[in-house]
Amino acid sequence: MTLKILRALVYVGAILTALVLAGIVGYILINGIPHLKPSLFEWTYTSENVSLMPALVDTILMALLALVLAVPTGVGAAIYLVEYARSTSRFVRVVRMTAETLQGIPSIIYGLFGLLFFTTMLGWGLSLMSGACTLAIMVLPVVMRTTEEALLAVPESYKQGGFALGAGRVRTIFRCVLPSALPGIVGGVLLALGRCVGEVAALLFTAGTVAQIPDFGGQGIFALFDSCRTLAVHMYVLASEGLHMDEAYATAVVLLILVVILNTGANFAAKRLKRGM
Amino acid sequence: MMQEIKQDARIAPSLPVISETKMGVEELDLFYGEFQALKDVTLDFPKNEVTALIGPSGCGKSTLLKALNRMNDLVDGCRVDGLVSLDGDDIYRDVPVNDLRRRVGMVFQQPNPFPMSIYDNIAFGPRTHGIKGKAELDVIVEQSLRDAAIWDEVKDRLKKSALGLSGGQQQRLCIARALAVQPEVLLLDESTSALDPISTAKIEDLVVEFASKYTVIMVTHNMLQALRVSTKTAFFLLGEMVEAGDTDELFTHPKDSRTADYVSGRFG
Repeated sequence: MTLKILRALVYVGAILTALVLAGIVGYILINGIPHLKPSLFEWTYTSENVSLMPALVDTILMALLALVLAVPTGVGAAIYLVEYARSTSRFVRVVRMTAETLQGIPSIIYGLFGLLFFTTMLGWGLSLMSGACTLAIMVLPVVMRTTEEALLAVPESYKQGGFALGAGRVRTIFRCVLPSALPGIVGGVLLALGRCVGEVAALLFTAGTVAQIPDFGGQGIFALFDSCRTLAVHMYVLASEGLHMDEAYATAVVLLILVVILNTGANFAAKRLKRGM
Repeated sequence: MMQEIKQDARIAPSLPVISETKMGVEELDLFYGEFQALKDVTLDFPKNEVTALIGPSGCGKSTLLKALNRMNDLVDGCRVDGLVSLDGDDIYRDVPVNDLRRRVGMVFQQPNPFPMSIYDNIAFGPRTHGIKGKAELDVIVEQSLRDAAIWDEVKDRLKKSALGLSGGQQQRLCIARALAVQPEVLLLDESTSALDPISTAKIEDLVVEFASKYTVIMVTHNMLQALRVSTKTAFFLLGEMVEAGDTDELFTHPKDSRTADYVSGRFG
């Protein structure tokens, strides 16, 4: 009897979860797709066309830049913690605790920090660079913790096999351990990517809301210090102004599609990488 | 001259010296933190012979094996006192650890092929030690796989993942991988205990053949295996080496009553 109730609860939970997800996606698609007009994809934003194209490009730039900063740092830190540091050392415990705490901090706090440090103190202004650095700090613990878990899950015997053949630590880690941990690491990177793409609060403080593609052609590297708005921020602005709700839904559709494409791409890349190793 | 004196000093009282010593341990104490896993062990491993280390679980035989190629270094809190030598050189002081592990290869209890192709598994060791040429690697891979009697089974699937092989094949692959760096000594840590009887028999045949080229030191739980394969045997109990000698002699006329009890199956 109790088993039956438990089983029913499990089904109800699963169905509710699926329904909520389907409901949200369906609602966005129904409200958004009819408003996907060609004018939304013009290269320049005006208050008439409220084009989402600059925001789309900015989103990709912002997410890539943040990940370029956060992934090597996070993966490197995780490798150090798991493979080099003594697991009992105080330093390791402090780093782990810090990472866990940072993971639980609301993003607006990161935004406030970014505003005070990157935007004001370093004088980078509201810019792609300030925003990306803030996002990088925000997702660093995510990348670090998932990579750590992935490394810990690799069988000890791979490492022993490497050492027993006279391979040094670096070669053993990079050739025997990391390839097996790769799917887990990619999972962490995807999680980080999702947070970058969906972030609004932290970026309002650090990247601003200027709807333009940074002018790398004209300014070169200094375009990194242009203000820009990502799709999520674009949506927020459109919706909060209240004048362009339809376009906000259309933007949400594009954002959804972007996330699906990025996830599929990353999974595909991980499979290819794993087979190649 | 120095070398000779050193050699003389290292002759263990318990093993009659017939052939040249390849590896030796002298007054070896080994600690895991507070726990002493090996107590004052002195033992010589003669060149080109198979020495078996036997004893009940937790007697220190695997610990001794791991002390011979410094795999114990990976264990936090492990401390070694005493001399372990390879060709008369102190391996904890005079031999770089990666050289040591190339010269003293190891095969583990569980087969542990890397998650890569069969070819890359075998080539991993040679590549580590600087051999990059494709032609040269091809020769090493084929020869190693032949020496481990698995070439015919895998020659058509060298580029396939090693994880697709059966347990027995994986273990022979691991032996081939160890052979590919041209070791002088092979350590086998209960390397057949996870395998079926047919795979075990194949590996035992290999080990007997290896004695002509390598010095083999094997830990085994299986006394019949020690009898079948080894020429020397050392019996361990609670971290002490109780008795060592010719395998036949140790099994038929053990000098110590504890050895007699163990080899006759009264405990262990």
